[in-house]
Amino acid sequence: MRGALRGSGVGRERCRGAWPDNRNRRNGEQMNIVVCVKQVPETAEADVKLASDKKGIVMEGLPLQINEADNYALEQALLLTEEHDGDVTVVTLGPDSSDDVLRMSMAKGAAEAVRLNDPAFDRGDAVATARALAAAIKDLEYDIVLTGCISSDDGNTAVGVALAECLELPHATYVTQMEMGDGEVTVGRELEGGLIEKLKVKTPCVIGIQTGINEPRYASIMGIAKASKREIAMKSAGDLGLESGDVGAEGSRTRIEELSYPPVGEGAEILEGTPAEASSKLADVLREKGFVS
Amino acid sequence: MNEILVLAEHREGELRDVTFEMLGKARELGEASGQAVTALLLGSGLGDMAETVKPHADEVLVLDHGNLKQFNSAVYQPVLADAIKTREPGLVMIGHTAFGVDLAPSLAVALELPFAADCIDLAVEGGTTKATRQIYEGKVNATVSFVDAPTVLVTFRPSAFPVEEAARAGKVTELTIDVPEEPAVRKFLEYVEAAVGDVDITKAEVVVSIGRGLREEENLPMVEELAESLGGVVACSRPVVDAGWLPKDRQVGSSGKTVKPKLYLAIGISGQFQHLSGMKSAETIVAINKDPKAPIFSAADYGIVGDLTKVVPALKEKIAELRA
Repeated sequence: MRGALRGSGVGRERCRGAWPDNRNRRNGEQMNIVVCVKQVPETAEADVKLASDKKGIVMEGLPLQINEADNYALEQALLLTEEHDGDVTVVTLGPDSSDDVLRMSMAKGAAEAVRLNDPAFDRGDAVATARALAAAIKDLEYDIVLTGCISSDDGNTAVGVALAECLELPHATYVTQMEMGDGEVTVGRELEGGLIEKLKVKTPCVIGIQTGINEPRYASIMGIAKASKREIAMKSAGDLGLESGDVGAEGSRTRIEELSYPPVGEGAEILEGTPAEASSKLADVLREKGFVS
Repeated sequence: MNEILVLAEHREGELRDVTFEMLGKARELGEASGQAVTALLLGSGLGDMAETVKPHADEVLVLDHGNLKQFNSAVYQPVLADAIKTREPGLVMIGHTAFGVDLAPSLAVALELPFAADCIDLAVEGGTTKATRQIYEGKVNATVSFVDAPTVLVTFRPSAFPVEEAARAGKVTELTIDVPEEPAVRKFLEYVEAAVGDVDITKAEVVVSIGRGLREEENLPMVEELAESLGGVVACSRPVVDAGWLPKDRQVGSSGKTVKPKLYLAIGISGQFQHLSGMKSAETIVAINKDPKAPIFSAADYGIVGDLTKVVPALKEKIAELRA
């Protein structure tokens, strides 16, 4: 199957390693799901400042949270495993603080948590990160791997689809609708203009979840208390049979040269003053333009 | 190395703007680096699309095949991989669209190509390609370089470059590549049009739009009242729909609607490109946001930096005073 897709891709060879024979088979009616999650700084409404080396941003003062799309992916996994009886395993690649995201996921109902914990994984680009995640996920039992379709920090919109290729699995991303069938899932991908592309994808597969697909739950106090004592499986590059040149900055084929603030073009004429003063100026502008008559 | 290969994107029989935007950028790069610009046009029943693309490229590679009817990445990927291996272009450009994001990352892995996603600009410096892309939700630009490789792959953001007139005499070449059947593991079923709601925001002359900054659904009525006082309709950015506060048909942006009202009031909207692409053609744009560095202020004509829960009621009051 998928013979046509099995080209001579060196990249795939490089990220696969040996496959266990029992991988991702459905155990009777049970359905297991792996969810890739990431901790990100909340920047949507924050004043983001560049670090002095212009290779990163100042993280101090920015609250850390689960990446928004990943939160929807986690919820989708919990809903599906509740309906079909199975377990959710959350996987992340990140620093010690990322344990918070894994514990919060367990507080909501995830059964297991894995963190790729090794400086060798740091500053990987989308492909290097996908390669590392694939090495950890290939040994797990699952029917579906869910990821958020985009992260709010790097914004690549790429890790999930790259991960699918590393795992030699079919994929679909920008998914806003999901319906399980027998050994397959019917998904709706959201295209430009709100058009939905419906596809049938066989499991095992990798699905990139778009925000808005469900209503993410909150963890209960009891759940949080229980999760605080749960174990997180730590994996180093060596544990996963990876060399440092395969992953992280060293294994990446792109490099961030420099960060800068986006150039501000002409930009808006800022109406200064207190809310009342600024509003008064704006109301005058709107009247001049004929919107208040 | 002497060719830039651009994947022409089309949907339901229409070439998409991003195709011409990428070809324009490719011509600019090609003039600086001495590379030819080649468009790759894949599909089924392409009609006169090659003629339309011709002036924009030095060569148009055409493959018209029944198995390419739908933009299924599982079928397009091996075809594209074949073309890249044969042509060995220095740079491959794919649109950063719902189609491109479903195709490019796996192609990058399969061919082990250095890959940068959602690029807003590209340059050739000293023979090597550099890309500019945005991180942290459009608040930071990153310059990205690629390790030495014969071919690099990028996805290019729609609307990042204008559609320009061009007068190249593209040579049309029919490709002969084996096109696989759509694999059983991923089958296209159908397109489903977005649901139509009670209000058509694309017809309104005044659009009052809210975003993530709304924070609470309880803040919605004050925005509705402001819209009413201006004779406008309420629209929104994606997070408001995700939260279930407004229906999908009120969403402005690339995955929602494109509006061109006389007045667009963006309240608590940071202005990521997905949103900007749906409203930047409005005649007058006003932004209210608490972050003075929010990208929306670059797109707006007038701005107020402040807390929307204070500014919106104040503005409604001032408008009422002027009316009185």
